[in-house]
Amino acid sequence: MSSEIFNKSIAELAALLEAKAITSVELTRAVIARTQAVEEKVKAFNSYDPADALAQAAASDARRADGQARGPLDGIPIGIKDVIAVTGQPLTASSKMLANFVSPYDATVTQKLRQAGAVIWGRLNLDEFAMGSSTENSAFHTTRNPYDLERVPGGSSGGSAAALAAGEAIATLGSDTGGSIRQPAALCNVVGLKPTYGLVSRFGLIAFASSLDQIGPFTRTVEDAAIALQAIAGHDERDSTSFKVEIPDYRAALKTKKGPWRLGIPKEYFGEGLDPEVAAAVQKAVDYYRSLGCEIKPVSLPHTEYGVGVYYIIATAECSSNLARYDGIRYGHRSTEAKDVVDLYFKSRAEGFGPEVKRRIILGTYVLSSGYYDAYYLRAQKVRTLIRQDFLNAYKEVDAIITPTTPTPAFKRGAKADPLAMYLCDVYTIGVNLAGLPGISIPCGFSSGGLPIGMQLIGQPFQEADLLAIAHAYDSKHDWSRKTPNL
Amino acid sequence: MKYEAVIGLEVHVQIKTRSKMFTRVAAGYGHPANTLADPVVLALPGVLPVMNKAALDAIIKAGLLLGCDIAPVCKWDRKNYFYPDSPKNYQISQYDQPICLNGSVEIELPGSARNIQGEHKSIALTRIHLEEDVGKLNHEAFDSLVDYNRAGTPLMEIVSEPVIKSADEAYAYLTSLRATMIYGGISDCDMEKGQLRCDANISIRPVGETKLGTKVELKNLNSIAFVRDGISHEIKRQIAVVENGGTIVQETRDYDGQAGTSQSLRTKEMAHDYRYFPDPDLMPVKVDEAWKARIQAECPELPFAKQTRFQAEYALPYTLTSVLVWDKALADYFEKAVALAGADKAQAVGNWIVNDLQRELGAAKIGLADSKVRPAHIAELVKLIDAGTLLSNAAKEVFIDMAATGESAAAIVARKDLAAAPTDTVELEGWCRDAIAANAKSVAEFKAGKESAINGLKGPIMKASKGKANPKLVDETLRRLLAEV
Repeated sequence: MSSEIFNKSIAELAALLEAKAITSVELTRAVIARTQAVEEKVKAFNSYDPADALAQAAASDARRADGQARGPLDGIPIGIKDVIAVTGQPLTASSKMLANFVSPYDATVTQKLRQAGAVIWGRLNLDEFAMGSSTENSAFHTTRNPYDLERVPGGSSGGSAAALAAGEAIATLGSDTGGSIRQPAALCNVVGLKPTYGLVSRFGLIAFASSLDQIGPFTRTVEDAAIALQAIAGHDERDSTSFKVEIPDYRAALKTKKGPWRLGIPKEYFGEGLDPEVAAAVQKAVDYYRSLGCEIKPVSLPHTEYGVGVYYIIATAECSSNLARYDGIRYGHRSTEAKDVVDLYFKSRAEGFGPEVKRRIILGTYVLSSGYYDAYYLRAQKVRTLIRQDFLNAYKEVDAIITPTTPTPAFKRGAKADPLAMYLCDVYTIGVNLAGLPGISIPCGFSSGGLPIGMQLIGQPFQEADLLAIAHAYDSKHDWSRKTPNL
Repeated sequence: MKYEAVIGLEVHVQIKTRSKMFTRVAAGYGHPANTLADPVVLALPGVLPVMNKAALDAIIKAGLLLGCDIAPVCKWDRKNYFYPDSPKNYQISQYDQPICLNGSVEIELPGSARNIQGEHKSIALTRIHLEEDVGKLNHEAFDSLVDYNRAGTPLMEIVSEPVIKSADEAYAYLTSLRATMIYGGISDCDMEKGQLRCDANISIRPVGETKLGTKVELKNLNSIAFVRDGISHEIKRQIAVVENGGTIVQETRDYDGQAGTSQSLRTKEMAHDYRYFPDPDLMPVKVDEAWKARIQAECPELPFAKQTRFQAEYALPYTLTSVLVWDKALADYFEKAVALAGADKAQAVGNWIVNDLQRELGAAKIGLADSKVRPAHIAELVKLIDAGTLLSNAAKEVFIDMAATGESAAAIVARKDLAAAPTDTVELEGWCRDAIAANAKSVAEFKAGKESAINGLKGPIMKASKGKANPKLVDETLRRLLAEV
């Protein structure tokens, strides 16, 4: 890995901290300095609080000095997407609506990271309310791709991916509703894991589409993903949709689970619209797995083509209801122009929400309306079941599925002004959310123009240990992710 | 033309749980504004609901008490609408898979007289579902303030079939339903605290017509009496509209109980589209047989069943049972007293409770729980009377003393020297002879056939005995001695 401390992996830094070769304060200072040096170019953060981070780092060092270190994350600065609640810190969802909102409580994942000793670091930019695939929908500023500042980092967790790629954090958390972790991870040359729906608590995550949202880590290596997932996974009694499942030792599984595996290649994910360089990079990765003795099998996911349509019905329906609470009554943006309560709703929401959020609220309101519910929402739920069934059928023959994460590498800012073109960025990632499966994007090459390419591995429900082991088999033997951007 | 009314009632009952429906913060009434609130109640960004199982227990109990089918699976839906008292701008409710279906409420219609049992009828229910209550708006001169203390309190909605025929039936329905909820410990149903709220759907049609007329929803029926009055008023209003050649518009009307008038709130065209859909934050609930059996075991006997049993077991008259059974605490009190006094004295016990105890509680403005007169007091009192130790006039005095002091009847009798004079004593006969000797005029009149003249002799005897002579014995002795005169 890179020699700069801020570019090292969690595993490397944990070893250095353990050996007392560095302190958390030194590491945190280095990350802060790096952030201050490159943030003007990258614009990954909505806000950060060096004093707060250094206080947490000092506490970590004190624990370690007392022999009370809490494990590999103790003292590691982890950036948090600005939709996940951190006590006393802003929680904006990159929306004017919540520009001045400070969270009075911690999300469950935040609490769990604190329990693991992590230094909670910064609020990372996103597409407003996690709606978008480029971070251009942020009400505050557009985050840049560290590999080409004229290009987008992907989205909606663009800040989380870009900050990590730029050395502004050691790991970050994002949220993934239709690809919002995996797509920016692919575009920024980092590892992005979307866990099985229900593995990680959503309590404290600003809801976009409740039945699809899932929090997951961005890391530099698959091993780091295992470490981070270990800290945040598990049943939470504050989230009724979090499952009661046994949490295995993910990092240990990387060594114990050795394959060879049966890997499925879905033909529906390698058709029209796929950039040839992306296709070639993924094919090379597939060839590598074959060289390990893995059985490569073609599989079919016949309902793939309906994924984007189904997604934009279910996700918008849920978001139209989830975002109703932002009304200017109790907190958030309140119009000063309103004459009565109805006017207050209209004006506060008209002023507080950006165009993409409004578009989705309107679409979602429409599909839930009396007389349209059966034709849209109910039918979409049925097709969603078919899409999940497609995957489960495939898993009768294979252990995991390999696809490209995105059809193309990072595109230029402003290149996808048509919302529909933007929606198609998630064509390979949406099915995983609809089916509730775990998916991971890992770096697998660069385009001729020097842009990162990611491949997606899709696993079976709650079998993250297998998925990570399969991803690790590739990631630990390739050095794509060791390349860092020139900033 | 003759018209008949068709009425369906939607009754909201707050469930008495310690915490709210979807979060752990306490539920309650009368606390400073917005103190029963947490991030979930206030719908802060990122929070999630978690179901309160005690509320489920309570609604299952309500369903079992009312003979409903308990759905093996029920789910949660979001009812979307914007209003400042609703923090999320959607209410978590149950739309197409409620937990309770069918069932009925047994009612008693007014009898031909107060002491005559009325006709019983069964009012069919459509469903009962669970949802969360909203907050309260307080309108000030220039502002409206919101208090979210009530928001998120578990709320049942009990929906009847449109089978209620009159305001009296509606009144009886609510009375019975309310008693059932209180009996089950499900709710205190205090309408002043908003724990029971009622909306009525009312339509009329010519007698003999089977098609339903256009319904009007009547809101703000804040007491059971207002429900009766409001429905009565609405039926008259609709008949007047139709008879004057008008048509009924489907609308929601607000009833002002004080003024006895109603006015339109909104018409059908302004009705909300609630955009119901399954709440993705909550899992469906499975209710298995074991769960139902556990709740069934907690279900108490209901008022009408108790009434039938009291009539059979204790031979109580309707005038007593109709008071005793509607208050579970009073009925339990009665049964405790009877257990101590003996079943043969049940009617006497019932009379003391229904007449004297109720009167004293009313005068002191206290509840049964605060009364110093306990079931054992009543039992002892009744036994003393039965044994002839205590005469009815003295017993009344003992009771009033007992209510004030909480002393036992025996103690009061001893303290006040109220024991009846020993029976068939020479002393009594002596007083009688003295009275006969001293009142020749009364004796003569009695002998001449004036029955009431005997009273002229009793006065001096009671005086001589300081009121302790047993009036029945005095009467017998006098007649015996007079016959000898």
